[in-house]
Amino acid sequence: MVSGDPTLERIARGNGLALCAAGSWTARFAPVLERMVADAEKLSGTRPNISIDVSQVSKLDTFGAWLIERLRRSLTHGGIEAQIAGLSANYSSLVDEVRRVKAEPIVETDRLTISGMLEQIGRAVAGIGGTLIGLIDMLGAVLTAAAHVLIRPRRFRLTSTIHHLEQVCWRAVPIVVLITFLIGCIISQQGIFHFRKFGADIFVVDMLGVLVLREIGVLLVAIMVAGRSGSAYTAELGSMKMREEIDALRTMGFDPIEVLILPRMLALVLALPILAFLGAMAALYGGGLVAWLYGGVEPEAFLLRLRDAISIDHFVVGLIKAPVMAAVIGIVACVEGLAVQGSAESLGQHTTSSVVKGIFFVIVMDGVFAIFFASIGM
Amino acid sequence: MVGEISDAIIRVRDITVQFGKTRVLDGLNLDVKRGEILGFVGPSGAGKSVLTRTIIGLVPKLSGRIEVFGVDLDAASASERRGVERRWGILFQQGALFSSLTVRQNIQFPVREYLNVSQRLLDEIMVAKLGMVGLRPEVADRYPSELSGGMIKRVALARALALDPELVFLDEPTSGLDPIGAGDFDELVRTLQRTLGLTVFMVTHDLDSLYTACDRIAVLGNGKIIAAGSIADMQASQHPWLRQYFHGKRARAVMG
Repeated sequence: MVSGDPTLERIARGNGLALCAAGSWTARFAPVLERMVADAEKLSGTRPNISIDVSQVSKLDTFGAWLIERLRRSLTHGGIEAQIAGLSANYSSLVDEVRRVKAEPIVETDRLTISGMLEQIGRAVAGIGGTLIGLIDMLGAVLTAAAHVLIRPRRFRLTSTIHHLEQVCWRAVPIVVLITFLIGCIISQQGIFHFRKFGADIFVVDMLGVLVLREIGVLLVAIMVAGRSGSAYTAELGSMKMREEIDALRTMGFDPIEVLILPRMLALVLALPILAFLGAMAALYGGGLVAWLYGGVEPEAFLLRLRDAISIDHFVVGLIKAPVMAAVIGIVACVEGLAVQGSAESLGQHTTSSVVKGIFFVIVMDGVFAIFFASIGM
Repeated sequence: MVGEISDAIIRVRDITVQFGKTRVLDGLNLDVKRGEILGFVGPSGAGKSVLTRTIIGLVPKLSGRIEVFGVDLDAASASERRGVERRWGILFQQGALFSSLTVRQNIQFPVREYLNVSQRLLDEIMVAKLGMVGLRPEVADRYPSELSGGMIKRVALARALALDPELVFLDEPTSGLDPIGAGDFDELVRTLQRTLGLTVFMVTHDLDSLYTACDRIAVLGNGKIIAAGSIADMQASQHPWLRQYFHGKRARAVMG
């Protein structure tokens, strides 16, 4: 039999029994072999003398050798060791190798249990405090680094800042403008559709102006930036952390906050107001276009109404919010990036939570700002 | 040059690989015999890793033919190709362990995917493989980021050997190991080759590995195999790079 299906025959020999293995005892047949060996293991103790004859085995690898060894161990009974007979010289070293394997399998520890899940929830809740402290820590570290740079302006990394500004601002312009343009169109269309019932078509301009300049414009752009640039920052810093690049920087006497994080933060803080402004303009343009084509509001009437409806305050409110939101996104992204551990999974988790937390804090900030501006009457 | 070998496990014919305008491999021919340990050397940047990656199909080639186990990899169907892939194991230069899996899961991963066997057998085989590469079963539940460089190489080798392949590719297995660790690793490769009847294709820069582990050496230069043969043939060669490589300061130190 040449490398055919493996077999394990039982042949009586005197008062003993010989188990004759034949065929190909290799990984390919492992499932079959395992079943055969499990069956044969039941013979343990039934006869005084059981031996395993492997002379007919045509091919043997670690799987086959281990299963034969496992069979030998379970047949060893009452102090009488089962013997392996007919082992060819080619395979003896392999069998010797597996003979050294310690049998007891190691049990995997972490199983999914209800108490385990509850524990995770508890830890996550307790972790919220830690997250806030982490964010304040990072804010402090960035401000300290900024102060150092202010004292010694030569340490400021202009090239790096410009590079990041290109990444987060210039390259984001097309997508931000496109999305805000479409949002403007939708707001305008919906407004006209519903206001028309009251004959109040023209008030769509008021709604569009206030919403876009004060709330939606900056909020939407901030969410887009959190998804686009916050995630990129976390992934960049995280993979640098994984490859010990950040440790390397530190050992060379550089402050990673100053070298890596300050330029990124600054770029983001500059970029978001610019993007929010462009986004607001695109949304107004889109809204005006729809108002004209769909609602029949002439561009001149639209502009006139817009001038009456909104004051400079609305615009200022939007622009004041933008850099603060940028700072929040940047700090969350950098904290998450530096928290990445050694594995690819951890990088993915932290990138996800960077975006989720970034968007969450942006919305919370927006709420805080709404209360603040309402109470100062802006 | 390389002669025709009848029982070649890898047969590479007229391989050309080009990145942009740089021709890395230029009409290269190579045979690897069944059961041998082939050491593959050449200057840094000569394309040793590129050839390895071309053979295993990670780098596209411009022209030429590659046969592994007698199967032409370009003409093979998807299932034939999977059959070939099951029969080889690859040790990447940096280990390429899955960072989100433990050592145990890393080694069991290919076995679990290809064979329908019990968790008990998976665990036992994992312990056996760890033993073969000289690691204790205690490391099984560690993550790759918690291992030393030498341990990563060993675990990666255990994973490459998980399905008992007939052919293993080792890409600079001893780089980054201390001399004693590297010596152990060479010894390990030798032992495994004897016990499992492996064919080993080893890219290396380590002269010690060439002397102690390899049966045959192939040298890459200018995109071609410039010499292939035993270590004695290499020393006798008049090729300037080979003379420098095998008669340089470091080589003399190795030969004592």
